[in-house]
Amino acid sequence: MAEKKEMQPELKETLRAEFNKDWRKELRKSIPAKERIKISPQKMRERSPEERSKDFNEVNLGLDAELAKKEAQRCLDCANPGCVMGCPVGIDIPTFIKLIEIGDYVQSVRKIKETNSLPAICGRVCPQEVQCEETCNIKKSKGEGVKIGNLERFVSDYESQQGEVFIPQIKPASGKKVAVIGAGPAGLTVAGEMARNGHKVTIFEALHVSGGVLIYGIPEFRLPKRILKSEVEYLEKLGVELRENFVVGLTATLDDLKKDGYDAFFIGTGAGLPNFMRIPGENLVGIYSANEYLTRVNLMKAYEFPDYDTPVFLGKRVAVIGGGNVAMDSVRTAKRLGAELAAIVYRRSRVEMPARVEEVNHGEEEGIEFHFLTTPIRYIADEKGRVKAMECLRMELGEPDSSGRRRPVPIEGSEFIMEVDMVVVAIGQSPNPLIPQTTPQLNVGKWGNVEVDWDTMATSIEGVYAGGDIIRGGATVILAMGDARVAAAEMHKYLSKRKKK
Amino acid sequence: MAKILRRERLVPNIHLLEVHAPEIAQKSKPGQFVIVMPDEKGERIPLTIADWDNKKGSVTSIFMVVGTSTHKLSLIETDDEIPVFVGPLGKPSEIKKYGTVLLAGGCFGIAAIYPIARALKEKGNKIITLLDVKANYLLYWEEKLRAVSDQFLVSARDSYYNCKDYIPKTLNNIIKKGSKIHKVISIGCTYLMYTCSEATKPHGIETSVSLNPIMVDGTGMCGACRVTIDGKTKFACVDGPDFDGHLVDWEELFSRRKSYFEDEIQSLCHWEKNNFPR
Repeated sequence: MAEKKEMQPELKETLRAEFNKDWRKELRKSIPAKERIKISPQKMRERSPEERSKDFNEVNLGLDAELAKKEAQRCLDCANPGCVMGCPVGIDIPTFIKLIEIGDYVQSVRKIKETNSLPAICGRVCPQEVQCEETCNIKKSKGEGVKIGNLERFVSDYESQQGEVFIPQIKPASGKKVAVIGAGPAGLTVAGEMARNGHKVTIFEALHVSGGVLIYGIPEFRLPKRILKSEVEYLEKLGVELRENFVVGLTATLDDLKKDGYDAFFIGTGAGLPNFMRIPGENLVGIYSANEYLTRVNLMKAYEFPDYDTPVFLGKRVAVIGGGNVAMDSVRTAKRLGAELAAIVYRRSRVEMPARVEEVNHGEEEGIEFHFLTTPIRYIADEKGRVKAMECLRMELGEPDSSGRRRPVPIEGSEFIMEVDMVVVAIGQSPNPLIPQTTPQLNVGKWGNVEVDWDTMATSIEGVYAGGDIIRGGATVILAMGDARVAAAEMHKYLSKRKKK
Repeated sequence: MAKILRRERLVPNIHLLEVHAPEIAQKSKPGQFVIVMPDEKGERIPLTIADWDNKKGSVTSIFMVVGTSTHKLSLIETDDEIPVFVGPLGKPSEIKKYGTVLLAGGCFGIAAIYPIARALKEKGNKIITLLDVKANYLLYWEEKLRAVSDQFLVSARDSYYNCKDYIPKTLNNIIKKGSKIHKVISIGCTYLMYTCSEATKPHGIETSVSLNPIMVDGTGMCGACRVTIDGKTKFACVDGPDFDGHLVDWEELFSRRKSYFEDEIQSLCHWEKNNFPR
């Protein structure tokens, strides 16, 4: 959901200064607003459902320069840009869009990178329809906002295709060492910010590849690995050191790292603990957590088994429990691995699905079935202990709960059997417990989340900050990056103060 | 990348892997494990830490050759590098004064019990080591284990050692003879751990097993290694690997360990065909 925050005065000032530049004034005049508003939304090219549902290549093909320009022309360049209010990291959206309109893609992507170090990723995975595009002023009149995410993706892809990625000025070395724990979206963002500020940054990552959920969770067809690879290479160019295969908490504790001379820490270890429903039969063979299923396929490349050694079940009748992005990624993966039935089983209805609308639409085109208002209550085994069916209950929607969504209520006597040979449980994740367990001074909330001061992302230990899913539970990439930016700014202030001592 | 200091065949099918990993060596405690990946296309598999040397900065694991990953590992040479050797993972075994502790080990578990026996001995426990091998030539680390044992017994099917019964029976005989045993620790294949737990159950002897379900990340992220303990789901990688053998749902563990049986055979055949063409 879009964060309803007051715009910071400095941001307001920057936006205003850009808005009043001569080239912007002229550009606004070049096409009158009433003409701009007539332009219909430009559709991004995508591969046909028949073709793409059989492989793992990217679904979307992006905009070309012509379509991007047209889409950019739809932006009215408002004096009070609603879009910026909807962006968790406060990107100067009008400026980057107008730079696209005049064809200056290089400056456009630099403008985004002032506040978002991973635009190629955010352009693909942000839930824009409930953020910037939701608060876009023309959405109110036209029903559809400017396709900001597609434009963001366009310029960042343009930059990487040019081969030359802009390396910003790095401040003189501060002599301070920063440890970033977890190489996911939050950790990568903090690392980039801190390196630019002249600090020596080391990222510690438990897995053998950096990227966190971007590498083990989000499939190739939605976020190609090469994009992440180039973002990680970019950080290395900034002087960031990556230490993969290093589990902070076990290989060394946070205290050990402190003794090794690290001056500040960022905990971005994510929601690495899958939730289960605790219903009978959930440990039968053939029932996966979404984390396991996606990790086998994405990180371990089980879709290339036996050329790669890690196997994965090729279910023919697959049910995915849940309605978020992780559920959609899992069900579309199962389809690509040959499932005849690939079904979402979700206890609420379509409107309550937390998944990105685009992913739901794409899934539908690819032949994904949706069983709404349905929940499993037990799994049934065959003689070998493998799942062969699940008993489900029908639900109806009652009063809204604390999340504002209507609470699903079971319909008595509505039990029915659904035959399945594989199930993926995608009902959410909890924060990974390794750091809280091995860092006794760290205050932890009742969900196992690391507690922070939400204005500064500071934890209960001085010099230790946290952000992303470790403080939120399962949330989004962009919220993790938003936390990371706040944490990095505060950490930089903290380190600068320490220098003066 | 982690550098291999030594890879040695101890006995047929069982190999030692000593890896340069000074940080892991410094943190290792008895009962913990590492996740290893033999090459870039390999699987992530857990191996119990059998020993470590802080001076050399090395960690040693013992593995039995079963599937593709362990076949690959068995061909690794000194100075080769492997992409993943991460740890120490899992909770360490509980090391305290129990009195008399019987450690029952088989195949790779013979090595896995060594650091536990050593630590328990240091705490002043009386150590009975009971090993199971199919034949006398499959016994390894005899001297190392004798050095930390008050009593050293081996069951070998060829009756070369103390007896030829499968060890749960030997274990039962020891208990029946009236030796007071305060704790049993059993490490080896699932069947060995299961039968040892069954043997001690009627006598109410506290029995700890080191479970070996399939794992992927080893840090609690994926849940592949879930096991049912006393009716509750636990993750062996972060809640274990040590559990009370009397509370384990063994049937579930047997079934989950066989999840990829056919795939494992296919994978091994594929690998053999590519690496040993006719």
